[in-house]
Amino acid sequence: MNANFREAWALLPDYLGQHVILSISALLLGVAVSVPLGIVAARSKRLGTPVLAVVSVVQTIPGLALLALFYPLLLAVSTLTQDLFGFSFRALGFLPALLALTLYAMLPILRNTVTALDGLDPAILMAAKGVGMTPRQSLFRVELPLAAPQVLAGIRTATVWVVGITTLSTPIGQTSLGNYIFTGLQIENWVFVLFGCVAAAALALVLDLLLALAGSGLSMRSRTRLVAAGLGLIAVIAAALLPELMQAHSSTARPAVAIGAKNFAEQYILADLMTKRLRGAGFSVTTKSDLGSTIAFRALGSGDIDAYVDYSGTLWGNILHRTDMPGRQAMLNEIEARLQKDYRITSLGSLGFENAYVFAMRADRAQALNIKSLADLAQHPELRIGGDFEIFSRPEWRAVAAAYGLGSMKRRQYQPEFLYRAVVSGDADVVSAFSSDGRIARYGLLILSDPQAALPPYDAMLLVGPAHAHDPAFLAALKPLAGEISLTLMQRANLMVDRDQDKQTPAGAAAWLDKQIPH
Amino acid sequence: MGLPKKRTPFLIEILNLSKAYPGSGTQAVHGLNLSVPQGEFLVLIGPSGSGKTTTLNMVNRLVEPDGGEIRIEGRNVLDMDPVMLRRSIGYVFQEAGLFPHMTVAENVAVTPQLLDWDRPRIRARVEELLDMVQLGGFGARFPQELSGGQRQRVALARALAARPPVLLLDEPFGALDPVTREAVAADVRAIHQKLSLTTLMVTHDMTEALLMADRIAVMGDGHLVQVGSPRELVDHPANAFVAQLIETPRRRARALAETLRA
Repeated sequence: MNANFREAWALLPDYLGQHVILSISALLLGVAVSVPLGIVAARSKRLGTPVLAVVSVVQTIPGLALLALFYPLLLAVSTLTQDLFGFSFRALGFLPALLALTLYAMLPILRNTVTALDGLDPAILMAAKGVGMTPRQSLFRVELPLAAPQVLAGIRTATVWVVGITTLSTPIGQTSLGNYIFTGLQIENWVFVLFGCVAAAALALVLDLLLALAGSGLSMRSRTRLVAAGLGLIAVIAAALLPELMQAHSSTARPAVAIGAKNFAEQYILADLMTKRLRGAGFSVTTKSDLGSTIAFRALGSGDIDAYVDYSGTLWGNILHRTDMPGRQAMLNEIEARLQKDYRITSLGSLGFENAYVFAMRADRAQALNIKSLADLAQHPELRIGGDFEIFSRPEWRAVAAAYGLGSMKRRQYQPEFLYRAVVSGDADVVSAFSSDGRIARYGLLILSDPQAALPPYDAMLLVGPAHAHDPAFLAALKPLAGEISLTLMQRANLMVDRDQDKQTPAGAAAWLDKQIPH
Repeated sequence: MGLPKKRTPFLIEILNLSKAYPGSGTQAVHGLNLSVPQGEFLVLIGPSGSGKTTTLNMVNRLVEPDGGEIRIEGRNVLDMDPVMLRRSIGYVFQEAGLFPHMTVAENVAVTPQLLDWDRPRIRARVEELLDMVQLGGFGARFPQELSGGQRQRVALARALAARPPVLLLDEPFGALDPVTREAVAADVRAIHQKLSLTTLMVTHDMTEALLMADRIAVMGDGHLVQVGSPRELVDHPANAFVAQLIETPRRRARALAETLRA
């Protein structure tokens, strides 16, 4: 508990700093776009109505989806600019998060601006005209100052929303306070989850109070309040920028690389292990965790991350779009050749273990129903199958469903973490699981055999992006990991993070794993 | 005959002025002709919808006429830049129309600021005006901290800030209690005299009109019904409509006289 808190605390400057920079950038951009747009919309109903409608619709898109949608969108734009003008930009991380959050910030600011301007006393507007103001003078000297309190209220609403939704930018590769929450959920580290929530709430509260202070300064014409609010905002931004600047300063001589991780414990541990080895070799390393499966692969190809671990079966189905089963070694060879040729991604080889998709049941229940293999499931159409968010849309499930006739089974989706709870409690009868997960043994689950070999092998492969494919120092730091992580080692490391007693953080498990593997 | 150019004795000339609001179907102002000599206090009176406020608002082009002409000092206002025109005419709105986010001093300084006067000149002018409307020392207050009468005095000071030759007032005392109303009305009349302004005031209160005006222009249904001094209106109402308007203050005066005698 205490170690968890200490680790969370140590991560705070980086997480909070990036969170603040992203939130405030999105808010500033949101204000810069929405206030002028609001002024135009208030003057022209023909424009105002559709603009407000569009912005309102954007608001109904779930935050996670909106953020995730910007990644492929920007990737396409980046590819286009590369083809047309010879430059590309990072489509992962800050930029998509900034754009999505700006869209979120727009509605309250825009709506309040329009409402405030629409609601102005016509007698006052008439007076502004009557004393000889031009429309522009009327806008800046009378309408905007009178609308300001309501516009500011909109900005305050937007601030609270944006600071909250910024936590959702973690899965698209932007570090934020959401890293605590996503990682914490995956490894059942509630200290992390709570820490992230409290930090985000505190930040929202502080910014809201500063804006309230600025607002009262405006309405009371108190220079002291305005200055205090301004200084407070500057202090928050400066505090956020400090770790970034210090890092940039101290690491000018060290090459910077980014390591990716998908959203489960094993991936965090392996990313931390790679980070440890690279730092040992003098690299300055950032990690981008909680990436979606395909996002991680695209990010590697586009240089947004420089290395991560993926699994042969996943690449075979999702990237190569293959359903045939040529055999383990042939599959590895073909994947390596194709990744190199089509994506300039280099494989450093298999790490030495497999993390296969498997289907598991409680052993006692399987025995009672006399189920041993996936084929036996077809006899029990009443059973409910639980999966993570990916499995049912992956080719592996289609292969299994087709091979064993399971297409009509009732499905439920869970956070990967809750899958085990679901099957143990009986909420689901069968669940998808990962063979390297230490909890299979711990919860006494039975892995259903796959007699038709519908599921491909899932060898963990260490992949390196184009930028460092020929970097001897980089390769030398990671190469020793290949072939050295046995299934037993990985299961033990995973269990260290997943168990409830004597729970370790991914970094702790990575440190343990590091000692087991020769340098 | 021998004169090269005919000089008009009138400061404001309204010629064949008309206005119809789109969609209303009726004519708000119908071929109005009215001339106001320099220094006159003219009151436009009539029931609601008679076109009196529309007429007033066309003088500084808050409302654009459909036809006809308005000349001020011989110049057609329709040929002037409307913004510059409005800066050169004082206007007092129905319920003061003060800017709530500005102090009293800032409200009064608005038009001089728009005209780019320098700061010391504006400050001196604001002080002078606030003294004139008996609100010296109120400069730092906000409109919502003032009484209705005080607000209307500030509005008057604001209207006069840039030394306009013409003052327009749109039912300026409508929202005031009777005592305040009389005091402010007396001040308006005194300032009109002192600054030798040419003043057009809209009201629907005939007593007020009779007490304040040099001449009264009676309007009904967009037409000018009768123009004349209070004396002429009282003695020779042009028709039953005017006679009826005059009857109310007359009856009240009689009743008052009887009460006082008793």
